[in-house]
Amino acid sequence: MATFTLKVNGVSTEVDVDPDTPLLWVLRDHLDLRGTKFGCGIAQCGACTVHLDGAATRSCAVPVSVVGAKSVTTIEGLSAEGTHPVQQAWLEHDVPQCGYCQAGQIMNAAALLAQNPSPTDDEIEQGMRGNICRCGTYVRIRAAIRSAAGGSR
Amino acid sequence: MSVKMQRRTFIKASTVAGGGLMLGFNWLAGCRPASDAALVMPESWTNINAFLKIGENGVVTIFSPNPEIGQNVKTSMPMIVAEELDVDWAQVVVEQAPLDTDNYTRQLAGGSQSIRRGWESLRMAGATARRMLLEAAAGQLEVDVDELTTDRGTITHAASRRSLGYGDVATAAASMAVPETVELKDVSDFRIIGTGRRNVDGKSIVTGQPLFGLDVVREGMLIAMIIHPPAFGMRLKSFDAADALAAPGIVDVFSVDAAPPQDSRSWSDVNAFPELVAVVGRSTWEVMKAKKLVDVTWEKVSASESSGEHEADLEELLRSGSARRARQDGDPDRAFRTAATVVERTYSAPFLAHNTLEPMNFFADVRDGQATLIGPIQTPEYLRRSVAGILGLPENKVTVEMTRMGGGFGRRLYGNFGVEAAVISQKVGAPVKLVYSREDDMTQGTYRPSYKVTLRAALDDNNTLTGFHVRGAGIRESPVFANRFPAGAVDNYLAETLSLDSNVSTGAWRAPRSNFMAFAEQAFLDEVAEVAGKDPIEFRLDLFARADVDPVGKDGKEGNDYDPDRYAGVLRLVRERSGWTGRRQGNLYRGVSAYYCHNSYVAQVVDVSFVDDQPKIEKVWCAVDCGIVVNTDGARNQAEGGIVDGIGHAMFSSLTLRDGVPEQRNFDRYRLIRNPEAPKEIEVFFVENGIDPTGLGEPTLPPIAAAVANAIAAGSQRLYRQPFAPELAALEVRASDG
Repeated sequence: MATFTLKVNGVSTEVDVDPDTPLLWVLRDHLDLRGTKFGCGIAQCGACTVHLDGAATRSCAVPVSVVGAKSVTTIEGLSAEGTHPVQQAWLEHDVPQCGYCQAGQIMNAAALLAQNPSPTDDEIEQGMRGNICRCGTYVRIRAAIRSAAGGSR
Repeated sequence: MSVKMQRRTFIKASTVAGGGLMLGFNWLAGCRPASDAALVMPESWTNINAFLKIGENGVVTIFSPNPEIGQNVKTSMPMIVAEELDVDWAQVVVEQAPLDTDNYTRQLAGGSQSIRRGWESLRMAGATARRMLLEAAAGQLEVDVDELTTDRGTITHAASRRSLGYGDVATAAASMAVPETVELKDVSDFRIIGTGRRNVDGKSIVTGQPLFGLDVVREGMLIAMIIHPPAFGMRLKSFDAADALAAPGIVDVFSVDAAPPQDSRSWSDVNAFPELVAVVGRSTWEVMKAKKLVDVTWEKVSASESSGEHEADLEELLRSGSARRARQDGDPDRAFRTAATVVERTYSAPFLAHNTLEPMNFFADVRDGQATLIGPIQTPEYLRRSVAGILGLPENKVTVEMTRMGGGFGRRLYGNFGVEAAVISQKVGAPVKLVYSREDDMTQGTYRPSYKVTLRAALDDNNTLTGFHVRGAGIRESPVFANRFPAGAVDNYLAETLSLDSNVSTGAWRAPRSNFMAFAEQAFLDEVAEVAGKDPIEFRLDLFARADVDPVGKDGKEGNDYDPDRYAGVLRLVRERSGWTGRRQGNLYRGVSAYYCHNSYVAQVVDVSFVDDQPKIEKVWCAVDCGIVVNTDGARNQAEGGIVDGIGHAMFSSLTLRDGVPEQRNFDRYRLIRNPEAPKEIEVFFVENGIDPTGLGEPTLPPIAAAVANAIAAGSQRLYRQPFAPELAALEVRASDG
């Protein structure tokens, strides 16, 4: 066990866990931030996507010991009231079916748009490749991202 | 329309209301957050019946009885209640009801039946409540009830220009006798049904609120995980947990037998591995790590099966097995003997895992002679029975609450994980949340069986279909539906079923059997139409006309599962909307397919382009006849999802076994469809016919594989084996070889 100081959603927090504990389980089990989902544990499905210093990261494959001073943003911290343009677009397009993957999809999309505010359709598709939606809402995910990009393209 | 009450559904509401036991059954609203910030939550509620309660300010809570797996019934079922209640949808809050068999019927998510079989009772619930509110208002206003009208939560007496809100009369309404008969709205008066309403959990989903089974946390809760045999055909022999028990955070390690006693089992008790090692600890990661420290010895108890052998055995079975004749019309032998042309093709498909994105999990708290279970389950009633049986408790000591589910697709019809959680909680004497890793989930499935079917068609000199023979085999079940199309449309017809025994656990996977048979049947008919030199849509329409006008078979139309008129209707609609003129449209290649299952009709046209010899799905056109569409936007979403799911599994997915061991354990080797592989565009349209609604969770999936295969065939080659991707990759290699 070791103590780590994490900056999560703008707040500094101490956790006492094994150094190899994935950030995902620190968030879910120790910080009670359950919006970040467990899907595969090997960075293949994207359900656990969070931002590390703004970059989309699969939290299931990041040991807490390597997070360091990087700022962690989870779905709970993306916006205070669910007003981030990507969240709004998700509601507008009524994207979710079961909803389980959507926090990861939204976090990935938000990072994508932060990096590339006007992605092409191809860039959207390739940028979202790492996030599996088992219900198959991909067409709506793309449309929501286009909307959030400010386009009624 | 005046409809008799369904006594079974309302008898309890009647007793309660009539006896005045539940009057003014109020509690503070503050304990439940409003789903919409704009909605002012009431200070008190009045229960009207099991489906709804009304606040003093007119806000209505509607309880959604059925499990939500992503099919969106948590939005659409309350819409039906709200319609008949005549309330403003903006004033409605939805809550998931727990398992309550005294008040609800068929709390089950399966077979695309929630809407179809809930339709009447949901309408009754709303209409009955409305009637009781009217009667209470009549008493209060001292007027005849027939002089009152309702409009979105307001009751008006036009003559005296007085009106009351539902909230004003809710308490009085609760003491009214439940009416024997109620008026239901005319379809043309619907204001909520037939509109698009957003997912009631949408906001919670996009803000990451804890909604799912895996998100359940309770005071004192421990985390449990299981270790199951590595191969089908193996069983737990012994284990040494010394190292695991010494690991940090580990509370206990023990073996459990989670097979419910015979008399409490149902079809939903499917589990190849009831004997497990359970590891219980404080946190998920500690338990995951400790699992690896348990030294388990397994023993072989039956054959170690491999996919290669299954394939060969199914082939042999089709060739020479003694089949069950499921249906015969006319003289098929003669038809094939005298045919001008015979077309014969064999289609096959692999095992599939369900791979819900939320792995199996369940919360259980079994202490002091009672059990509380909370989690993702499609069959809560069966779970309760199994859990009560294995714990030795009466069923009324077992409560089951359903969380939102991160996907179901049939996997959560089989609640072994819930039973396991209960047994583990009982043994450890504490509340536990059982969590499967992805590997646990994928290697212990109730898989979609592997199937193989041979289809034969006899054509006469005029290229008329005179004989049809379907002979289908599968692991532990045959995929064949004896009375489905083209049964009833061909003079000489034979359906034969065969199945192969196996120790691999199998079960229902989204649109069971249809998910494969639609591919085989619709790809085959497309090829037969081509051999016959006919347009594939015309070819099918001719067959539907025959089944309509002069149905084959001793029971006539009744003997066939489908209504040929509705079947033809979706095909004509998709032909019109897609502007179908044939298999080629400029640079695009087109395929068509139509299928009936789960009481709904679907026809699809797919446009495919080829880039470097590889097909790319440009557009899908989808016509659906599911009767009245309750939630238009939710229905479109569901149709799109079924299409993408169907394409993905037909193209990419497969679970194979080697010596009983599943060769895919996670998403690195198990291929699921990803964003760039989904169609560029999907257009869904519905037949408007005012018929009572049928389901939509499954019907759009089955036909799509054939529509894709037929489009690829138009530009490249026929496909007979799922998944398609390996064969298509080989195409590219051949092309680049020269």
